[in-house]
Amino acid sequence: MSLLELDNLSAGYGSFRALFDISFKIEEGEKHAVIGANGAGKSTLLHTICGLLRCEDDRVRFEGQPIGQMSPHKRVGLGISYVPEGRWVFPSLTVHENLLVGAHSKRRGIWTVDKVYELFPLLARLRQRQALSLSGGEQQALSIGRGLMANPRLLLLDEVSLGLAPVVVERIYDAMPAITTSGTTVLLVEQDVGQAMKFADRISCMLKGRIVLEGVPGELGQDEIVAAYFGV
Amino acid sequence: MVWANDIIQGILLGGLYALFAAGLSLVFGVMRLVNLAHGDFSIMAAYISLVIVGSLKVNPFYTLLLVMIVMAVFGYIIQRGLFNFAMDAGPMQAILATFGIAIIIQNLLLEHFTADSKGLDAGRIENAFIKLSNQVVIGWFPLITLLVSVLVLFGLQVYLSRTRMGRAFRATADNQRAAQLMGIDNRHLYGMAMAFALAIVAIGGVFIGIRTTFSPSAGPLRLIFAYEAVIIGGLGSLWGTLVGGVVLGIAQVMGDHAHQGWGMLVGHLVFLAILAFRPQGLFARQAQ
Repeated sequence: MSLLELDNLSAGYGSFRALFDISFKIEEGEKHAVIGANGAGKSTLLHTICGLLRCEDDRVRFEGQPIGQMSPHKRVGLGISYVPEGRWVFPSLTVHENLLVGAHSKRRGIWTVDKVYELFPLLARLRQRQALSLSGGEQQALSIGRGLMANPRLLLLDEVSLGLAPVVVERIYDAMPAITTSGTTVLLVEQDVGQAMKFADRISCMLKGRIVLEGVPGELGQDEIVAAYFGV
Repeated sequence: MVWANDIIQGILLGGLYALFAAGLSLVFGVMRLVNLAHGDFSIMAAYISLVIVGSLKVNPFYTLLLVMIVMAVFGYIIQRGLFNFAMDAGPMQAILATFGIAIIIQNLLLEHFTADSKGLDAGRIENAFIKLSNQVVIGWFPLITLLVSVLVLFGLQVYLSRTRMGRAFRATADNQRAAQLMGIDNRHLYGMAMAFALAIVAIGGVFIGIRTTFSPSAGPLRLIFAYEAVIIGGLGSLWGTLVGGVVLGIAQVMGDHAHQGWGMLVGHLVFLAILAFRPQGLFARQAQ
């Protein structure tokens, strides 16, 4: 059984449809990246998986269980953690408190506050600082660390590199192996194709709400990807 | 010395107002709900105490714990059974729902207890006082009110900063959607916030019943004082609500001193002045 299965998923906001007939599977331990241009529906896809956007119950299955209608906080209990685009740290809480709130679901596993500080040493130095005062990169590290505190089986990362300096992006991606080798499955949405190809062992390319290309990074040709990305 | 006495009386009165304001501030902070029934909830608590006093023949002080529990349970149920759904529909609908509940409470109380003013008799403590000088006299009961108020705010602060649920409250106040993504059940959390708010306002209701008289229509005025205290103190600041209550209390006592009956007017004017010159309140939390 796949860890996550999307079956002919269509979803949108009100009368606007953002996703059309999306089907794919993610196996336990996979590193999957979804690439695509702005407005291709990448974030919407993650929203239907984490529960910020509901859809027909049977269209999204986690370990075979239909979860399309389940509320986000219950999905966290199942082991789905979403690190949102724009970070969404709790500005008035300290770094340390942000991490503790991440553990609200009380899911047990290898990730603890100390482990997160080990993964991102820069956070350890900032533990008593208000999250409001953090830089973009620090907030991104905090947001990922907070997501890990729920000890997810499936970690959803939305636009990790958006608006960050290249050095900072490298630092964040340096932490990825420690996350994936712990057995956490990662589904990543990324506009930076280079980063996505380096990280993932499978990629999907989205265009206008549809998945137009899927495969293993090494086996896909540059032309093929460019064509799928821009729809030419 | 006369003015010193005014200030002391104002501070003591502020303690009472803070008991009304704290719950209002908590509910607005956590779920952005403007609860127009807050004052009526406090009067409802006073009537519940009255009923218990009538049937058990006890001092109203001893009914306090029971009234708080009843109001907390009631708060949780009405939040999960009604306000949560109204909030789903939109902020305006939520305000209207609380307004509707306010009217229903007022009329139910009117039907069961008539429009006559009632009071809670706490016995000798009501008139006991400490005489500091010929002009400065501190009543024991207002002093107890202030101490209880400080204790409640302190307890609330410890709860919010030290416990798992307290952190969840603050996280939800910061970003409700992000809080859900941490596994926080916001509907339950809102129920809890309303339960806390009504337990606190229950103290205020019983105390106001002991201090003065109350009638089914007394709620809205309590609500206005509570709002003024919250705004003067600054939204989202717990100790600000106490300071807001104290400022309002001092203004009212001094106004009444200057001219009998001007108290409320001066209180409103101070509130308006704060709105005009420092709209974020005296102790506003860092802007977000």
